[in-house]
Amino acid sequence: MTFVGWSQIIILLALVTFSAWALGGFMAAVFTGKRTFLSQAIAPLECVINRLAGVSLKEQNWQAYALAMLAFNAVGFVVLYGLMRLQSFLPLNPRGFSAVPEALSFNTAMSFVTNTNWQAYAGESTMSHLVQMAGFTVHNFLSAATGIALAVAFTRAFARSSSATIGNFWDDLVKSMLYILLPLSIIVAIAFMTTGIPQTLQGSVDATTLEGVKQTIAMGPMASQEAIKQLGTNGGGFLNANSAHPFENPSAWSNYLSIFAMLVVSGAMPFMFGQMVGDKRQGRALFITMGLFIVVGTAIVYWAETSGNPIIQALGIDPLQGNMEGKELRFGQAMTALFVVATTGLSCGAVNAMHSSLTPLGGLVPLFMIQLGEVLPGGVGSGLYGILVIAVLTVFIAGLMVGRTPDYLGKKIEAKEMKLAMLALLILPLVILGFSAVAAMLPTALSSLANAGPHGLTEILYAYSSAAGNNGSAFAGLNANTGWFNTTLGISMFLGRFAYIVPMLAIAGSLAAKTKIPASSGSFPTHGPMFVALLVGVILILGGLQYFPSLALSPIVEHFLMLAGKTF
Amino acid sequence: MTTKLAAPALFNSAILVQAIKNSFLKLNPKSLARNPVIFVTEVVAALVTAFWIRDLLSHNGNAWFSGQIAAWLWFTVLFANFAEAVAEGRGKAQAEALRRTRTDTMAKRLIIPETNDRIFTKVSASLLNPGDLVLVETGDLIPADGEIVEGIASVNESAITGESAPVIRESGGDRSAVTGGTTVLSDWIKVKITAAPGNTFIDRMIALVEGAERKKTPNELALSILLAGLTLIFLIAVVTLWGLAGYSGTTLSITVLVALLVTLIPTTIGGLLSAIGIAGMDRLIRFNVIATSGRAVEAAGDVDTLLLDKTGTITYGNRLATAFIPVSGVAEKKLVEAVLLASLADETPEGRSIVALCKSNYSLTEPNLAGQQTEIIAFSATTRISGINIGTRKLRKGAVDAILKYVGVTAEKAPPEFTQAVDKISRTGGTPLGVAENGKLLGVIHLKDVVKPDIKLRFNALRAMGIRTVMVTGDNPITAATIASEAGVDDFIAEATPEDKLAYIRAEQKSGRMIAMCGDGTNDAPALAQADVGVAMQSGTQAAREAGNMVDLDSNPTKLIEIVEIGKQLLMTRGSLTTFSIANDVAKYFAIIPALFIATYPELGALNVMHLASPQSAILSAIIFNALIIIALIPLALRGIAYRPIGASAVLRRNLLIYGLGGLVVPFIGIKIIDLLVAALHLA
Repeated sequence: MTFVGWSQIIILLALVTFSAWALGGFMAAVFTGKRTFLSQAIAPLECVINRLAGVSLKEQNWQAYALAMLAFNAVGFVVLYGLMRLQSFLPLNPRGFSAVPEALSFNTAMSFVTNTNWQAYAGESTMSHLVQMAGFTVHNFLSAATGIALAVAFTRAFARSSSATIGNFWDDLVKSMLYILLPLSIIVAIAFMTTGIPQTLQGSVDATTLEGVKQTIAMGPMASQEAIKQLGTNGGGFLNANSAHPFENPSAWSNYLSIFAMLVVSGAMPFMFGQMVGDKRQGRALFITMGLFIVVGTAIVYWAETSGNPIIQALGIDPLQGNMEGKELRFGQAMTALFVVATTGLSCGAVNAMHSSLTPLGGLVPLFMIQLGEVLPGGVGSGLYGILVIAVLTVFIAGLMVGRTPDYLGKKIEAKEMKLAMLALLILPLVILGFSAVAAMLPTALSSLANAGPHGLTEILYAYSSAAGNNGSAFAGLNANTGWFNTTLGISMFLGRFAYIVPMLAIAGSLAAKTKIPASSGSFPTHGPMFVALLVGVILILGGLQYFPSLALSPIVEHFLMLAGKTF
Repeated sequence: MTTKLAAPALFNSAILVQAIKNSFLKLNPKSLARNPVIFVTEVVAALVTAFWIRDLLSHNGNAWFSGQIAAWLWFTVLFANFAEAVAEGRGKAQAEALRRTRTDTMAKRLIIPETNDRIFTKVSASLLNPGDLVLVETGDLIPADGEIVEGIASVNESAITGESAPVIRESGGDRSAVTGGTTVLSDWIKVKITAAPGNTFIDRMIALVEGAERKKTPNELALSILLAGLTLIFLIAVVTLWGLAGYSGTTLSITVLVALLVTLIPTTIGGLLSAIGIAGMDRLIRFNVIATSGRAVEAAGDVDTLLLDKTGTITYGNRLATAFIPVSGVAEKKLVEAVLLASLADETPEGRSIVALCKSNYSLTEPNLAGQQTEIIAFSATTRISGINIGTRKLRKGAVDAILKYVGVTAEKAPPEFTQAVDKISRTGGTPLGVAENGKLLGVIHLKDVVKPDIKLRFNALRAMGIRTVMVTGDNPITAATIASEAGVDDFIAEATPEDKLAYIRAEQKSGRMIAMCGDGTNDAPALAQADVGVAMQSGTQAAREAGNMVDLDSNPTKLIEIVEIGKQLLMTRGSLTTFSIANDVAKYFAIIPALFIATYPELGALNVMHLASPQSAILSAIIFNALIIIALIPLALRGIAYRPIGASAVLRRNLLIYGLGGLVVPFIGIKIIDLLVAALHLA
């Protein structure tokens, strides 16, 4: 670890914090219907889109909101699946790719609809430009906008008192797109282009290498896709190597920008929350909680990676470099560590290093960040509603300890909310551990592994965690493009997203209907350091208790084996 | 007077024996299914027992270990049952006292109720129906709950209140309700029966105290859901571990997986949850308050606003002398002496308070009037003055206008200091009394409603816990404001009518607050019913008692504060033990996980931070700790954790430190100690 490395981490996170704070205020204004500096330009467009779509903008109760969201995503899934299956008949397929196989299409469509962007394929050699642009890029926007809309609806449940409705899905969706994701994407895409990321409709360039070998270099509209890939915490790369590829992430500057872009919208969500519920301190407490995990996680990865692997060092490799396997020299240890933690703390899943090549402890952190529920700070929108569900749980336990029926922001947490919260929180362990355990015993699944021993188990755990957490990053080393993995990972993504959202929206409906109790000195304050500490504790202990046995058998034991000099 | 029943000793031997018996009876899966955590424990205990029998029969060498695990799993279930049984036993012991009053009495049922004839037939009290009229005469037990329709009697209610002083009950007004099982000491009354047999007040009290009618309260339900959810999560973690371990080349036996499961699921709080609830009701009863549901106790902890009657709760209820103000030209000493003499024969509370003030603040002693010619002038409604003639001295005190009339001065011509003093006293809500000697004004006595000395501190404590206090009084707004500021209440309702109370409660509830109040009159009934916690006085009417959700047997309105504290304590105990239970899991992982996989991965021995002797002793120690901690925490669950009115943040910090941090650390120490014993005794 170096001073320069830490300076980069701190400056970048400070910039993110400031921008997130500003963006959060702007988002609150947008979703409370206030005029913003963009209103003049965008409001007419918004009008036209709403009229063309022909949807009612009347306030919806939670069931109507959920139904609208599910219907919208179902249509999106079918269209995307169709696009892939029929790509050979459709235009914008300069390299003439044939139809994407069924299981892979299912997996990929689910992946993009759920904001996961798990990629069991190599984009440059499988998907046509039409699929990339009209399919993936569109869903990069839509899935992110869906997340933001849901978070806004959940926020309203706390902001409102005795309300039957939680907003209108279509209105929230269009506003997220037009006011937030589109303008930001345009700015970031242009910035990416200046760092040298290609932006072209050309399919590929043929080049002859110095050795005289002919090479086909994939090209495409990368800068624009890169922007929404990061901003919408999608993480699905145009190219297989994702942000480690010099086209997607050519320099230290594009790397800074990538990290910034992936953190800023999710980071803004808690600020928006604080503003909308009328107590900015509440949002700040959530942001600090998320930030703590990012900083500590980064510190662990940074330390583990710079400490390196004693087995490799024993072979005479310069120990000063630390573990550089699978990393890009142009980013360095510090910015790789931050990228690794950010992309997994978020449900982004873009990678600028191969996570499989991290040291065991370095690899444990991203895996654990995903398993903690993708709330640190989590995907755009999904991170906020995710951490709010955990906050509800935290408040329930802590509130009892001060001798009152617990309330969060004046909303009483009762049996109904607990039931729904537990239902939502059960999904991740059920999917992650359930599928992993089956896969770990199934010869078909095991044949996909590149490594034996604990590392192989990590690959399986990572894949299901990534899918269920809607992260989308891969640990590498696992051939996921098989019938078993395409299907089960697709199901994991579906459950991880929608089986969580529905109870969450039901909580929103129940809370919105409650009368807001005025705060008093007898109520448990949810804006101070104590709440942050408690929330951190609950996230860590709850997550730790669920996954500790499985992690003990994978990265943790691998770490001890590495120290003992054992390999597999 | 707050009478407090003595709590039965925590582990009274009679209760203990019964509780041990009941712990086994409660093994019935049907009744255990109410408690998901312990039910799961019972199911897996049965499972491990089956494996133990298999091990015994197949002589595979595991029987000793699996037998011990099975035994401790059963102990875990039994200990949880025991906790509940002890709590119930203590409740029953208190109900016993109530039950003694319910011996079958013979009632004198009136045959022709319409007339004044007292013709009755003797019937068993258990045959009385609501609406029947019965005659109760001197020495009779009142056969059932009812309303006096005619007559007046003194009644001994010590059977339910523990207070031996008899109370007056009469028809009409607020003192017309009588309770079955109490005794008429003098006179006779005609009582209209209001409760069906088996459903009288005492019957319901007994049922509640015994826990027979216990339903899960809303918060208990929410907590049970959390615990059930956690149990499911751990079930997933443990079941899947079998698959993950299989990949790693370890075949885990069902016995060790069960051990892991039971140590992880929140058996501690799961086992103690219902005991905590029963104990909460119990604590109320020791304060002589009966709640009609557990829900009411819980609601008490949530109360945001207390509606307190001024008289009796905040003030003593009598006007007391607090100062003497002489007019100019009169020495204070002379005034005080005159006042003392004028009040010597005054037996009213005001008069006695004047004498008391003279004695305490001016160190006067009662003068010896023996041998002097004295004539006492008693107070009369027409003159509105009283006093004494001693020889030639004519000392008088009385209402200001009456005294002015007596000395023959118009209000305008009165000395300015006198008028000023009178004005000031009236303005601050006090009552001025004029004092005169031989037709000459001496000064003014300041009488006022005196606030109880410690009440302000209690209100401050309540405020620290976020509870607003609102004083309700029939006084005019000026008087009310003065007393309100002196007592330190947050708000007051002056010239309050029962409708005002109801309206205030509704307004507060609309803004999301929860209200507690107490009352005794029939006109309080709507407000009592509307309030979230309505405490009816035992001395109140049947209507009031039906409307409230608690009854204070001592009829002491101040107790509202204790009721709130007990409610809070109940919730705090639940929350703290839940935290403790969950925090315990960390240490158990460090005991069991290395033990499970040490054979495959000896390197995982690094996680054995407690240096437990062997894998088997580690697992056994964890499961023994898990069972014993339930027993260890029973006293705490029954007593409730300490309540301190120090504000939510401070309370949380304290409880988090003790039960959160303590919950992390204690099992590391406990498991290590048990492991040392297990190893020393060669149990594993």
